[in-house]
Amino acid sequence: MLKTFPAGGVHPPENKLTANIPIEYLPVPESVTIPVSQHIGAPAVPVVNKGDTVKAGQLIAAGKGFVTANIHSSVSGKVSRIDTIIDGTGFKQTSIAIDVEGDEWIETIDRSKDILKEIKLTPEEITKRCLESGIVGLGGATFPSHVKLSVPTGKKCDILIINGVECEPYLTSDHRLMLERGEELLTGITILMKALKVEKAMVGIENNKPDALSHLTKLVSGFKGISVIPLKVKYPQGAEKQLIKALINREVPSGRLPLEVGAVVHNVGTAFAVYEAVQKNKPLFERVVTVTGKSLTKPGNYVVRTGTPIRKLIEAAGGMPGDTGKIVNGGPMMGKAVNNIDVPVVKGMSGVILFPEKESSRQVVQPCIRCAKCVSACALNLEPYLLMTLSEKGMFERAEAERITDCMECGSCSYTCPAGRPLLDYIRLGKSTVIRMARERNLK
Amino acid sequence: MSSTVILTIISLSVLALVAAVILYFVAQKFKVIEDPRIDEIQEALPAANCGGCGFAGCRNFAEALVKAETFEGLNCPVGGAPVMAEAAKILGKEAPVTEPQVAVLLCNGTPDQRPSTSKYDGPQDCRITNNLYIGESDCSYGCLGNGDCVRACTFDAMYMDQVTNLPVISDEKCVACGACVKACPRNIIELRKKAKKDRKIYVACSNCDKGGPARKACKVACIGCNKCFKVCEFGAITIENNLAYIDAAKCTFCRKCVTECPTNAIIELNFPPRKPKVEVKEEVVNV
Repeated sequence: MLKTFPAGGVHPPENKLTANIPIEYLPVPESVTIPVSQHIGAPAVPVVNKGDTVKAGQLIAAGKGFVTANIHSSVSGKVSRIDTIIDGTGFKQTSIAIDVEGDEWIETIDRSKDILKEIKLTPEEITKRCLESGIVGLGGATFPSHVKLSVPTGKKCDILIINGVECEPYLTSDHRLMLERGEELLTGITILMKALKVEKAMVGIENNKPDALSHLTKLVSGFKGISVIPLKVKYPQGAEKQLIKALINREVPSGRLPLEVGAVVHNVGTAFAVYEAVQKNKPLFERVVTVTGKSLTKPGNYVVRTGTPIRKLIEAAGGMPGDTGKIVNGGPMMGKAVNNIDVPVVKGMSGVILFPEKESSRQVVQPCIRCAKCVSACALNLEPYLLMTLSEKGMFERAEAERITDCMECGSCSYTCPAGRPLLDYIRLGKSTVIRMARERNLK
Repeated sequence: MSSTVILTIISLSVLALVAAVILYFVAQKFKVIEDPRIDEIQEALPAANCGGCGFAGCRNFAEALVKAETFEGLNCPVGGAPVMAEAAKILGKEAPVTEPQVAVLLCNGTPDQRPSTSKYDGPQDCRITNNLYIGESDCSYGCLGNGDCVRACTFDAMYMDQVTNLPVISDEKCVACGACVKACPRNIIELRKKAKKDRKIYVACSNCDKGGPARKACKVACIGCNKCFKVCEFGAITIENNLAYIDAAKCTFCRKCVTECPTNAIIELNFPPRKPKVEVKEEVVNV
């Protein structure tokens, strides 16, 4: 019996169209637009001015505070303007636009292809390097990694969990990374283990990626303390709390962090970025992005510089199909449709999916028949139909009591609803309102 | 037979008497003395229970009026001055003069002036759209057009115009209860002083972006150019965050700012048509 989490979950069609397509490097575009906030926490503050010449890997916006991340230039060239643009989240944001000239990297980056396994840095130096290199969680939530690596006094971490689940349909960027950058990835995990001072690490991979599982299982013998665990295919297994429950059967209490049960979770993409930052001294300015869609002629996995407009990715994948209805930033379950194709690739963008019109349109909304399918699908044991009604009617105090803030917005409820009700739309509204209410209450 | 009837009558009468005595003392003990004026004032109030006064309903407002030392800060926007005067008469107090107000929408971004750059197909709820992204146009301040304000209005004073996709407020029906102001997640509805013949001059824009991006997103956006500020002789116009605001208390309806505005962001309503330009007259003089 394969391990999985017990409550809820759904099985959307996998549609991993690009699982067998090797990672390619996308050519550097003519210009990039790099938003200063690509992470959870305080936005970074630009440290360059219009007209400055920058090199790839150079710091262009510095994080202020603890929960924040540095932003580095992904190209070499001239800063053409610092302006607000609409980014992939659909909101206006300060961004630094750079016109590309050549492809010169800062000297400190080791551009050789050698795999360096020996870890020279101390745990404190590793955390510091992650902070300097602007490493954030690449699974999509973009939580600054150095925060996760700084275990507060009084808390103890005994296991590192690596998320190679990739439970979102369509996406294959983590899958390809595990297959093609296996050794670097495992070295990255060893670095994270050293930083956290733990002896044990588990890599959880869903059983629909047998090639990645066998490849990593073969490689893992050369690394101490790491084990690769196959998991039953079920969405949303890639969620932090669900993965911890599935792998080590510990339950993170409501409203608390995984550290509460002695675990820290990092994504495989993050582990690879940590490897590059620590061993190659390379800040995070490029990542693997899956470009996919049923009507695309050439879907694929590309290494893309941050700030590249997704227009370039779509061009590389064979151009925009005529029947495109929505372009989604991220996975089909949790991703967000973009409102123009000039939005830049950011650190947290794992995929760009082009949906044909007939698949992307919404269902006709019908009344709730209390079938409780959403309740069965919820991995957090919430009652989505109730939370939706409470938010719709503005009963936010009651919604808070019904633990609306526990919702991780995985979208299983909306996916499973036979009446096509916009459950998650309203739950998101309620959740953000409740969070705002709680913050105002705390200020008083 | 007859003895049973008599016995029943007697026992029930005794029971009733005992109950009456108990009830009398209970009623004495738990008597609530309520000011009769609360009922009187409630009678005088419009009974709309809209919450425009800031209280849960007309009864609560009546209680507050009776309790209050002065009428400072207490006003029924629905009934206005006559109702407040009557309430003051009942209580033997002075009602302060409050100016009637009316709601206005600080956005004029019709689809032809403010082109849509994306299509939203989710639930028709402004709160959701506002949480989700900047909206169907590139203006992150303007009306979202999903009609939260119309649903909030209990006086049937608003409707969504299908052509402009903006809410329309009826000057006759609007009682300035402020329900729409609270319902709007973008805070673009303002309660303004009601003038004679419902005349209005206001900046129908809420865009705080700089001139360039604002104009790009919407042709009738306020670009913060200061022209109206310079032309206004009465100091009624202030510019803050690239956005002009006309103070209704100082505005004299001279309409100079309306002609001066390069983007037609300032609109005039319910004015008689302007006189044709005096050029013709000049010609006559010249001849």
